[in-house]
Amino acid sequence: MSMLSFERKYRVAGGTLVGGDLFDFWVGPFYVGFFGVTTAIFATLGTALIVYGAAIGDTWTIWQIDIAPPALEYGLGLAPLREGGLWQIITVCAIGAFVSWALRQVEIARKLGMGFHIPIAFSFAIFAYLSLEVFRPIMLGAWGHAFPYGIFSHLDWVSNVGYQGLHFHYNPAHMLAVTCFFGTTLMLAMHGGVILSAVNPPAGEEVKHGQHENQYFRDTIVYSIGPLGIHRLGWFAAINAGLWSAVCILISGPFWVGGWPYFYDWYLQLPFWNDMGLGGLG
Amino acid sequence: MASFHSLYSQIQIHGPYDEGLPLKGHEPPRLITPFLNRWIGKIGDPQIGPTYLGFCGIASLICGFIAIEIIGLNFWASVHWNPVAFIEGMAWHRLDPPEAKWGFTPFVPLTEGGWWIWAGFFLTASILLWWCRMYLRAKALGMSTHVAWAFASAIFLYLSLGFIRPMLMGSWHEAPPFGIIPHLNWTASFSVLYGNFYYNPFHCFSIVFLYGSVLLFAMHGGTILAVSRFGGERETEEIVDRGTAAERGALFWRWTMGFNATFESVHRWAYWFAILTTFSGAIGILLTGTVVDNWYLWGVKWGLAPEYPATYPDMNLPPEIAEQVRAAANTSSHSMSAAPQPEALPTEAPQ
Repeated sequence: MSMLSFERKYRVAGGTLVGGDLFDFWVGPFYVGFFGVTTAIFATLGTALIVYGAAIGDTWTIWQIDIAPPALEYGLGLAPLREGGLWQIITVCAIGAFVSWALRQVEIARKLGMGFHIPIAFSFAIFAYLSLEVFRPIMLGAWGHAFPYGIFSHLDWVSNVGYQGLHFHYNPAHMLAVTCFFGTTLMLAMHGGVILSAVNPPAGEEVKHGQHENQYFRDTIVYSIGPLGIHRLGWFAAINAGLWSAVCILISGPFWVGGWPYFYDWYLQLPFWNDMGLGGLG
Repeated sequence: MASFHSLYSQIQIHGPYDEGLPLKGHEPPRLITPFLNRWIGKIGDPQIGPTYLGFCGIASLICGFIAIEIIGLNFWASVHWNPVAFIEGMAWHRLDPPEAKWGFTPFVPLTEGGWWIWAGFFLTASILLWWCRMYLRAKALGMSTHVAWAFASAIFLYLSLGFIRPMLMGSWHEAPPFGIIPHLNWTASFSVLYGNFYYNPFHCFSIVFLYGSVLLFAMHGGTILAVSRFGGERETEEIVDRGTAAERGALFWRWTMGFNATFESVHRWAYWFAILTTFSGAIGILLTGTVVDNWYLWGVKWGLAPEYPATYPDMNLPPEIAEQVRAAANTSSHSMSAAPQPEALPTEAPQ
């Protein structure tokens, strides 16, 4: 059996959103549920179409396989399979699979009597994906503005779209997103490190708990946010990394068409820099 | 042994302070009498302090202060001590490393990059002393030194950028400048100069671990918050004596994706993902310019990237430059027109 020693008493009926008892069972370690079925259908179809797209493409070199969205000429219309239609169906499958996965997490959380923090966090990642592949292309009027499916082809897309804004590091929402990414990773290192260092003490020392964790960070950086607070902060910062990533690309094109370095001209042209009689940077 | 426990509920409890674990005889007393802050208490522990300074802390703060003074005064001097321009251009001011002609000598006139070397020296001293502090406080409290070693991985990236790679390249000029926008410009120019960093496999790894770290914290933070109603935030207690919070957290992921960590092992995943972000980033930096000159051409060589056909018509180059480009293209196994051309990036503040 693929059950953990304590698992049987947790495998109870109920908590489903859709389908009642019909799909309320497990396959091996996996919970199924209605959304498990839809996840499997969307994921299998999407993966098969990616493999098909690779088969009719130019290469089997894993790094260079590329399934591109329709050319800009198709606008927001449907395209023939070989000219972006495949990308369109795969995108529908991906959205279906991601949303099904999130709703399946809701069902599992309900079954275990847990809060919905995990699917809420995941929904921000789905929002970022939708922003790149659906919302921004709609605002710009063509599916061709979405990124292609391919390992290095999607990196090329990021690079090219970044330089269309001349220098994407100047995008203030991008700055915020990067800060959240780096900050979350820093906090993850600190949190993971302090837990491991408390429960794996040097030889001859007792295992340590919350009081020592608090003391370590109070001693070194004045403040310890505590065992509940660090998870609130990390969860919030991780969500914001996804949220501001979505914002930074949504505003780039639909709302700001110039180079991002010029975004700050309003600041440099504020009247009071020169009115003080001292001259500004210029 | 009795110990201080934090209590969490809708009501914020302002009881006795955690006065701090006992110090050893030779250690100076802690600073900051502990106090509670109601607004911080809405997110985390309401208590601030007490804190420990000690020799390493004092020395680190002094070195850090000197580094920031050197950088700030150079910024101010660059606008001829004009206070308005100093504030206006705070994001654009720069303190550059020495020009390439100075090589890697530590003896460079102050105004030609010497200040950059001194700022880097004191900043590095400050960081290393802070590392000692993270290590020594863990030892003093009878804990292991995991946090210090994770910090060491970040310091390795910092030293790779500002010291080790410039040393390998034989020139301070390779190092990034101090300054908010200047260091962003350096990053973008550096990527383009070496053929687009997205083709650098260690940059790929670094990004995977960076995004993976954020994903892990979203998953882990979400799990703990979702089982906090069962006391799940008391992770160390659940590690040594598993309760229903740990069981539910584990089963959530087992049922979702067929695999689960434990309350201890999830922190090992977290720790190593975070460490490998900066560690693989550092390896990617150290290989650039030393071992690999152009990551795009490296990617073409190893099948990561296609060789893009010449998309653009011939540019109207001055005849002598066009001749040089043709000569270079003929001597290289790769078509020069296929390589991404470095973009001209703004390096100065818009006037």
